[in-house]
Amino acid sequence: MEHYNMNLTLKVWKQKNSQSAGSFETYQIKEVSSEMSFLEMFDVLNEQLIHEGKEPIAFDHDCREGICGTCSMYINGRPHGPWHGTTTCQLHMRAFKDGDTIVVEPWRAKAFPVIKDLMVDRSAFDRIIQAGGYISVNTGVTIDGNAIPINRENADKSFAAAACIGCGACVAACKNSSAMLFLSAKVSHLALLPQGEIERKRRALDMVAQVDKEGFGSCTNTGACEAVCPKEIEITNIARLNREYLAAGLAADK
Amino acid sequence: MNWSHFFTSSVGKKIIMACSGLFLIAFLLVHAGLNACIWAFDGGEMFNKAGHFMGSTVVMRILEIGLFVFFIIHIVQGVVMELQNRSKRGSKGYAVALGNRGSKWYSRSMAILGLLILLFLIVHLGHFWIPNRSNQGWLLGEEINLFKEMKEVFSNPVWVLLYTVGVIALFYHLSHGFQSAFRTLGLTNHKYINIIQTVGLIYNVVICIAFIMMPISFYFGWVQ
Repeated sequence: MEHYNMNLTLKVWKQKNSQSAGSFETYQIKEVSSEMSFLEMFDVLNEQLIHEGKEPIAFDHDCREGICGTCSMYINGRPHGPWHGTTTCQLHMRAFKDGDTIVVEPWRAKAFPVIKDLMVDRSAFDRIIQAGGYISVNTGVTIDGNAIPINRENADKSFAAAACIGCGACVAACKNSSAMLFLSAKVSHLALLPQGEIERKRRALDMVAQVDKEGFGSCTNTGACEAVCPKEIEITNIARLNREYLAAGLAADK
Repeated sequence: MNWSHFFTSSVGKKIIMACSGLFLIAFLLVHAGLNACIWAFDGGEMFNKAGHFMGSTVVMRILEIGLFVFFIIHIVQGVVMELQNRSKRGSKGYAVALGNRGSKWYSRSMAILGLLILLFLIVHLGHFWIPNRSNQGWLLGEEINLFKEMKEVFSNPVWVLLYTVGVIALFYHLSHGFQSAFRTLGLTNHKYINIIQTVGLIYNVVICIAFIMMPISFYFGWVQ
């Protein structure tokens, strides 16, 4: 792929803390390599700001290899930017051309309050996992990994759901700020495996209850989440979640 | 988990929307079927017979109450959920919107389409149902000649246009609603999705063309 340099205009959301109003700041950045990742471009910009004596832009990042779910930027009207099935850290500058203006915003949802600039508080997801995203295992000697037979199809479906990295792009893209794609991936991941059977019913009900408590909206099946998910989690998982919820709710005897 | 909790969670509320929506979908089929009697081309004889059956049979009138209940549930729940969902968004919107890249405009506009249908419904009830039932003394009395009433209403191009707009709103509402209802009830997977989408499309096209052709048939004098 041909290498080129570009000059860019960045409009980035700056917000001091969760209480302040925030506004867009415009930055010029020169000689950006097409081989840089999007976050490396932000590193260069922050270096530049530090040298100019200005405050750098705060953004979340960790593994920078697309598996941790920490990076979260709403780039030019799309969570994680223009590439399909790609996290912000794996987005590269060859997606842009010289002279482009790039608008970068934080996730917008009541359940994800802005901490600073592009960083939002996604601890709601952790509490949803705590509400039921676990399984019971016996203590003692480690059980052989192949001791429990699992059919191949379920293993594949479960694995595809387990690919969810909890980045929150589904919530960011949803007009209702609904967390159903995330929740459905977490519920499907365990509901499809024999290991998840023990808490299966309680899990669906408790996790839905926690999602509501955290202040996410309800799902209206628009499909925006599926279109922007960097891990390509399928919306059919939401139907499975609804199925799990119905079965668990109708079977509960109190 | 008690029943009230089951139906008031974010998933439970959707289950109510889906069930009431599917009931209304079934109703539309009956409604379109009965109205199709105008195309018997017998001066409205068969149509008025069908209308008389619906208006003077106790079972049908009880079902009519059920229909109103489901309409009200669907409308009230829809408005409440739209307002609740709006309040879950961030205090600021995005400067650059995702728009049609992720979802269809009509999927995101179910509430506004629904309100358009509601406005149409009020006009529609005012044209036919209210005069008819009030003539009956609201119980099982004598009905008005509904065929004549249709002829009269649909001689006015304004009403023909309004009914057409109402049905177009219905078409888009159903384009999302039909398959969304099945997804909400957990009936969608890779095996069923094609069937649901195909049946939904056929249903939607047939119902909407039938409804649009009714005012048009009268306006152009195809049905006398």
